[in-house]
Order: sequence, then C-alpha cells, then structure tokens
Amino acid sequence: MAEIVAVVASTHHPFYYRASTATGEDRPPFADEWVRKIEAFRATLTAARPDVLLMVGSDHFHQLWLDNMPQFLVGHAEQYDANWYNEEREFGLPRMHMLGDRDLSGHLLRNGLDMGFDLAFSNELRIDHSVTCPIITLRPQNDLPIVPVYTNIFAPPLPQPKRFVQLGQAIREMVESWPSDKRVAIIGTGHLSLELGGPRQFGPHGPDPEFDRKAVEWIATGDIEKTLAEVTLESLHAPGNATHGFMDFMLMMGVAGEGQKADHVDSLDLFHTMEAYFTWYPNGVPQPAGGAA
Amino acid sequence: MSKYLVNKFLFCVDRDPELVERYREDPVGTVGWWEQEEANRILACHGDERSTWLAFTDAEREALRTHDYPALFGLGAHPFLTLTLFIAMFERDHAEPLGFQLEYARRLAHYSMPYPDIAT
Repeated sequence: MAEIVAVVASTHHPFYYRASTATGEDRPPFADEWVRKIEAFRATLTAARPDVLLMVGSDHFHQLWLDNMPQFLVGHAEQYDANWYNEEREFGLPRMHMLGDRDLSGHLLRNGLDMGFDLAFSNELRIDHSVTCPIITLRPQNDLPIVPVYTNIFAPPLPQPKRFVQLGQAIREMVESWPSDKRVAIIGTGHLSLELGGPRQFGPHGPDPEFDRKAVEWIATGDIEKTLAEVTLESLHAPGNATHGFMDFMLMMGVAGEGQKADHVDSLDLFHTMEAYFTWYPNGVPQPAGGAA
Repeated sequence: MSKYLVNKFLFCVDRDPELVERYREDPVGTVGWWEQEEANRILACHGDERSTWLAFTDAEREALRTHDYPALFGLGAHPFLTLTLFIAMFERDHAEPLGFQLEYARRLAHYSMPYPDIAT
C-alpha cells in the first residue's frame, strides 16, 4: 500500500513568485525573510522524498464557474496545464505544466464515491495558483506527478466546515489503501483571515490578527474539535470576506488527524494577510543520512 | 435578481484581454453590446445554443456602465471577480504599490458587517 510521507498545509500567496524573483529596487523589503521561511518549509517536503503529490486547492473562477459548480472535484488527467492569463497579468505567474497520476485519481474517485463523497471529476483541468503556488514554494523543480483535488470555498452555498474535515480524513484513508508502493505527500493550501474586494482589504496585517493567532494554534496542535466548535459557515465572514478558504486548512487537519501536532510550524505577518506553513510527518521526522536532524 | 449575470459579465471580461481594455475605454458601449449579444450565450456550448431570459436589472446595468464597484459590492456581485477585473483596469493609473487596492477599500468604507449576500 502507498505510504503517506508528509502532510503539508500552507497559504498560497500569489505574490511570492514575483517577490522572490525581484531584484534591485523592485525587491520588496520582506522578500529575503519570506524566501528564508519558504526554503525551510520546502526542506520539510524534500526530506520526505515523495513520489507523487496529492494537492488540495480551490479554483478561483478560472475553469470552474457558476453555471456548473462542483463542491469537490478530482482531476483525472494525464497532464495539467496551469495558470491563466489573469494570473500572469496580476501576479506575474508563469505558465506551467505538470504530469498527473491517473491511477491515484481513479482510486480517489471510485473510493470517494463508495465512502459517500459525490466527487466531480475532470479529464481536462487547467489548474490555477492554489496548486501552482505550492509547487513554486515547495517543489520548484516541478518534477513529480500530481493529483489535484479542488474544493469550493468561493461560491455559496458551500459545504459545511465539518465536511471539509471529513473529506480530509477520507483522503488519508484512501491514499493509505491505494495499492501502490509510491510515497505520497498530501499538500493543501488555504487562507487565514483574508478580505478581498471589501472595505477591510490590503491593510498592514490580515483583517483579523486574533483569528489568525487562534487558527495557527488550532492547526499546529491538530485541534479539530475546538476548530469545529468555533468555526461555522456564518462565523467565517467575520474575520474577512475571503476567510472561507480556512476550510481547506481544516481539510488538511482532517488529513493529519485529531490531536496531531505539526512537526514544522511557521508564519509570516505580511501586509493584508498572515502566511502560515505546517508539515506533519506521519511516520516520524525523516533523519538526514549519517547525522542528526 | 440577476447577480449571476453580473458575475458572468465580470468573469467574461476579466478573462479576455481585449475586453478588459474595451470595458475600460467604453463601459457604456461594452455593457450594451455584451448584454445584447453575449449575456445569453451558454459558455460551455457552441454559439447557436443560447439561453433566452438573462438580463440585467436597471441598477446592475447602471453600476456596470459607470464602473461603480461600490455599487456592485452593494448589489452582491462576487467581490473577488470585481476586485480582480478593476485591478486590471485601474491599477495602472496609480503610481504607488497597492494604490488602487487601497482606494477601493476606502470607497467601500461605509459598508460594515453583515456584507451583502453574494450567493447566486
């Protein structure tokens, strides 16, 4: 059976690519610290030596649209083109291309349906920055096949927070039952407090630093029970109108498991949002060859 | 109630570089043409298969014709679509980084929770 070698959760800030590659006067003052944090975070995936990446994210009205909106969708393609004209325009993101793993996609679809998740699928899915940003930050060589899993955190009505946790738990079970000798990393990206297109956007910090502090603690300690007790679809508007992306973090808490403390926890307070990075090693922290961690 | 159509307009313009420029330069003409020719086009089908019933309300049409993004926010347009398209059109007019985004926030400062419902 397949082995889950890392569970990784992070934000997916689309400006990282531009900030980290900028030089001279164009390089923002926070870029070097951001790069250092990302490189330390990247090392947590590298150490796990994955063969395939299962990637949870959310389409931002690129391919998925209000005329036919899935709640949860699994990419079932051999290859994926990635990033869109308006992401090049706004964030300077490059066009990208990734290989898929149709065997793992098919396993998720069949078993997800049998476990009570009516998953949509796509045989031609062009993915966007919710998946490409973690490739850029965590695996910039872009050399591993992926299976994208898209969630709707964007177009009401949304699934309840509990459903995201349940899907995360199911994804973990399904990957562990995949008849393969592959080493799988499960990577998901979401948001902490975030406001886009509203009056509280682009302030010096995220719109709700207190929510961010609590959310980082919930994730770092795997406190699913407390998170579900404090978070509802209705309450998630209060920390910012785009904060429903936090439910993708909750999905990843489901993957990691109740009470599982993250092995790597870091954050960076940027203008308008707090970046946050977490890695769990389900089978223990990998030890570098011939020495201490 | 045609929030869906407002969002469809923002979505269709935002993904087309020529339409972004056309809407910036001629909002009245672009909205008129789009409602007449494009609003009922089913995006996933060939051109002859069309809906028959989609139209803007007067308030929606006026907000789109005047680039009035605070009004669009009040009408429940999806804020991600609105922000993304208006950044594409007007960020270039501001010298400082995030100048447009901060002006956008200032112009919506009279809104407080609960925000208008964005469900379609």
